[in-house]
Amino acid sequence: MGGMTHLLDPDALPDDARALMAPLPPYDDVARSDSAFRAFLHGLPGVDQVGAEARVGVLGTRSIKTTSKAWAIDTAISMVDLTTLEGADTPGKVRSLAAKARRPDPGDPGCPQVAAVCVYGDLAGVAREALGDSGIHVAAVATAFPSGRASRAVKIADVEDAVANGADEIDMVIDRGAFLAGRYLDVYEEIVAVKEACGSAHLKVILETGELVTLDNVRRASWIAMLAGGDFIKTSTGKVNPAATLPVSLVMLEAVRDFRAATGRQIGFKPAGGIRTTKDAIKHLVLINETVGADWLDPDWFRFGASSLLNDLLLQRQKLRTGHYSGPDYVTVD
Amino acid sequence: MSSDRLAVRKTYKLYVNGAFPRSESGRTYEVTDAKGHFLANAAWASRKDARDAVVAARGAFGTWSGMTAYNRGQVLYRVAEVMEGRHVQFCEEVAAGEGLSQSKARAAVDAAIDRWVWYAGWTDKLAAVLGGANPVAGPYFDFSMPEPTGVVAVLAPQQSSLLGLVSVLAPVLAGGNTAVVVTSKERPLPAVALAEVLATSDVPGGTVNLLTGDAEELGTWLAEHADVDAIDLTGAPAGRAMEFEREAAGTVKRVLRTPAQEPDWTADPGLSRMTPFLETKTVWHPIGV
Amino acid sequence: MTSSTRAPFEYAPAPESRSIVDIAPSYGLFIDGEFVDGTGDSFKSVNPASEEVLTEISSGSDADVDRAVAAARRAFTRVWGPMRPADRSKYLFRIARLLQERSREFAVLESLDNGKPIRESRDVDVPLAAAHFFYHAGWADKLDHAGLGPGPRPLGVAAQVIPWNFPLLMLAWKVAPALATGNTVVLKPAETTPLTALLFAEVCRQADLPPGVVNIVTGAGDTGRAVVEHDDVDKVAFTGSTEVGKQIARAVAGTRKKLTLELGGKAANIVFDDAPIDQAVEGIVQGIFFNQGHVCCAGSRLLVQESIHDEVIASLQRRIGTLRVGDPLDKNTDIGAINSAEQLARIRELSDYGEAEGATRWQPACDLPDRGFWFPPTVFTGVSPAHRIARDEVFGPVLSVLTFRTPDEAVAKANNTTYGLSAGIWSEKGSRILKIANQLRAGVVWANTFNKFDPTSPFGGYKQSGYGREGGRHGLAAYLKGNDA
Repeated sequence: MGGMTHLLDPDALPDDARALMAPLPPYDDVARSDSAFRAFLHGLPGVDQVGAEARVGVLGTRSIKTTSKAWAIDTAISMVDLTTLEGADTPGKVRSLAAKARRPDPGDPGCPQVAAVCVYGDLAGVAREALGDSGIHVAAVATAFPSGRASRAVKIADVEDAVANGADEIDMVIDRGAFLAGRYLDVYEEIVAVKEACGSAHLKVILETGELVTLDNVRRASWIAMLAGGDFIKTSTGKVNPAATLPVSLVMLEAVRDFRAATGRQIGFKPAGGIRTTKDAIKHLVLINETVGADWLDPDWFRFGASSLLNDLLLQRQKLRTGHYSGPDYVTVD
Repeated sequence: MSSDRLAVRKTYKLYVNGAFPRSESGRTYEVTDAKGHFLANAAWASRKDARDAVVAARGAFGTWSGMTAYNRGQVLYRVAEVMEGRHVQFCEEVAAGEGLSQSKARAAVDAAIDRWVWYAGWTDKLAAVLGGANPVAGPYFDFSMPEPTGVVAVLAPQQSSLLGLVSVLAPVLAGGNTAVVVTSKERPLPAVALAEVLATSDVPGGTVNLLTGDAEELGTWLAEHADVDAIDLTGAPAGRAMEFEREAAGTVKRVLRTPAQEPDWTADPGLSRMTPFLETKTVWHPIGV
Repeated sequence: MTSSTRAPFEYAPAPESRSIVDIAPSYGLFIDGEFVDGTGDSFKSVNPASEEVLTEISSGSDADVDRAVAAARRAFTRVWGPMRPADRSKYLFRIARLLQERSREFAVLESLDNGKPIRESRDVDVPLAAAHFFYHAGWADKLDHAGLGPGPRPLGVAAQVIPWNFPLLMLAWKVAPALATGNTVVLKPAETTPLTALLFAEVCRQADLPPGVVNIVTGAGDTGRAVVEHDDVDKVAFTGSTEVGKQIARAVAGTRKKLTLELGGKAANIVFDDAPIDQAVEGIVQGIFFNQGHVCCAGSRLLVQESIHDEVIASLQRRIGTLRVGDPLDKNTDIGAINSAEQLARIRELSDYGEAEGATRWQPACDLPDRGFWFPPTVFTGVSPAHRIARDEVFGPVLSVLTFRTPDEAVAKANNTTYGLSAGIWSEKGSRILKIANQLRAGVVWANTFNKFDPTSPFGGYKQSGYGREGGRHGLAAYLKGNDA
């Protein structure tokens, strides 16, 4: 695709690129111009923050016990994108993480493996090799993660590099600066370009909701990402607070629900950052269950972006299995 | 004016929907002064006149209650101004009807005019005094404000034909209600003079409807009327108040009960005659971004 | 569209333990600080979720009511009336704390006796009841500053009759302001839900509240009538049906008794096309299915702008499909049992009318327990303002859906009722909300929310929904005499 940093005018694009960009019906016309796109996004129903918080508050009181708790913990483990995104990451660290992903609880072969390992793109190859034929996906963050402040050419190169290194899932960040400046079409076109660069890799679009601040913005950004062809929408990089709050997750789940109802296409959802305990994870599973239903209770459609969550899930799992409380020495340090 | 000039007498009529009709029944009754001398034939309002008055009051409710409080205050103050201009006439009517000395009649008229002024000043204070923000335990802005009850039927005092009448009518209006008033039966003439003042004081037609006649007869119809929201039984005849109150219960009307004896109308009424005809509306809204 | 092969997420039963409550085989009346046997016939209190008999309750006779009123009068004249207001205040603070300390017990007992979900009794009824005492405790020694004129004085003995839908909370709404203003109380709980009131009597004893300040006389309608009509009561406060409210207003006519009534409702919940739809749908659900719809201020008439009718109804039905109906003691239950066989019969009758008159009934698939009194969440579409289900209070989980085209039409339809307790508005446009709120003839208007309550916030009706307010500064006036009260 030519003119990567100048996608402001859709008419300047070659015809094949235009076809690629067109969102699914009935929304195939909404991104035709800046003003049309703005009108569409601002025409989405508003979100009342207090009402959204009240709704997740009630769902937070759901009491998940015994057999349903055991099911929820195993389901949650199978949905974890086990993540390390540190400047200090090394091949050794990634291999250690991959080993844990394959066998989260060395003492219990019945424990499910996680969904993916999530790393920076330069380490995707290490992860791919370490995960072998486990079926565990390799997710790489890209597009100048976490800030996204680079030229589009650099971002696309970042994606292509990660894919070349073996990543089959790309976690990109949207251009929050463009979003907050009201340049929605820029945000959209960048996602389209990244999606194209992904090839067959799945694209998760990180909104960084902590920087978008309002739930109205979260809804609009969700729709931009879905219309642009993202396979997943994801809350956060984990580098900005607040990250995956329950009201944000509620609004994003409503977005994927409404998008599927309108277009027939199901989009996945990944909350990331701040989900540290089994209780947090179960609240999210309840939220999915009662907002979008069982169709999303599957690692193909729902992921937890987390690092410390897995150990808490394992501790709770051991408690349920053995009947007594466990301690940090009974799970592995990654 | 030559003293042997034959006077032009006034025909005393009802005041309904801003007009001065005779009773649809065609009935009148003789009104005398305190010594029993003929003063006039007053219209003797019927059940249907009461019905028409309620329709008029309901029709005017949106206009009167929808005016700004400042505007309502100005209108009520205008009533005082116009009354002041007819001071002499009111003194004569009150003196004749109530058998008062000129000085006592003057005092009653002064007090009646001043009462309009007092209530005129209340219209735009009520919301602040009776309303406010409620600090609920949650992210909501919550406020309460007084609103008029609606159509108020008033059985005006039987003794104090002007000061008493103004003292029961003005508070009803100050709160934004419209009124159907049954005047003192035996002393109705100052009420008709007041009607003439109201008709020339920017009070929208139908806001006040004055029926001369018998509260004993009309009270039942008004107490039972489903489109009357509240009733002031101050002037209910002895022995009928309880019955009227029972009838009013049929549509959950707000009732201001008959006092054991007619109050001293010169006393400071406080809020006691306004709050019975005010509702409190509470509105909630979330506080979020 | 992809469909998952995963099993649905089933929630295992999560019952709250009932071992925390200790229900005696029978209960007497609470008069003058003691539990005494009533002289009327006793009756059974039943768990509406199972039809299990919980206990036997005394029925207060005229003589019992006499004793209770006499005790209240004595306590008013000798103890509670003359008491330093600051001390009255401290007693109420004590009661508030005791309610908090025993909150779980109250919640379980309330759900057992009433049938409401433990989530609501635990998170709404009991905390709000404690909050009411805490709030009014602070008023007891500040009444001179309440804006009710100089030197407001208590009325004396208050006769209070409360309904079965929020047994403890309605007790708190009645008892807390009465006591804070220096009155003493004879309270008659609802026939089907007396247990938390009797537990409250125990709280009064733990608080060392002087005998006679609070008296609780259980029984049915006759007992209530005796309490209301007793010559020596100075104040009557009633929450319940409009029909009984009218009877009470007739009964107190011609007496000195000050009367406040909180009666029925048929609230409009108005959804404009610019509403925050997801929250509006939650608000519709909260408005009509909270407490099984046994709520006088329930948003039982949904007025939805015609242009978004189909979208809203589809969302609403999807959402209702997730409601969990069943065991009130299960912490995950959203909708519990209908309070009584009589109420269930009324709900069925009115719903049958709805269909007979041509409205379309919709109910989600849901398994209802075999025993007990149950009614599934129900939505009627195609309702016209002339239908009975658009006019009569169902007092159950039954929503009637009507449409409107313009704001004026919405207001006209919303106000087209003899009731005037509450209303809802859903719109993202501030000026529209304020305009509509202004035009609605209802005592409580919830904009972009519904069924919220707070002790600081006055609650009560316009029109045939009653008069007087409960809560806030306004609520005090109902229990005081003075120039401006």
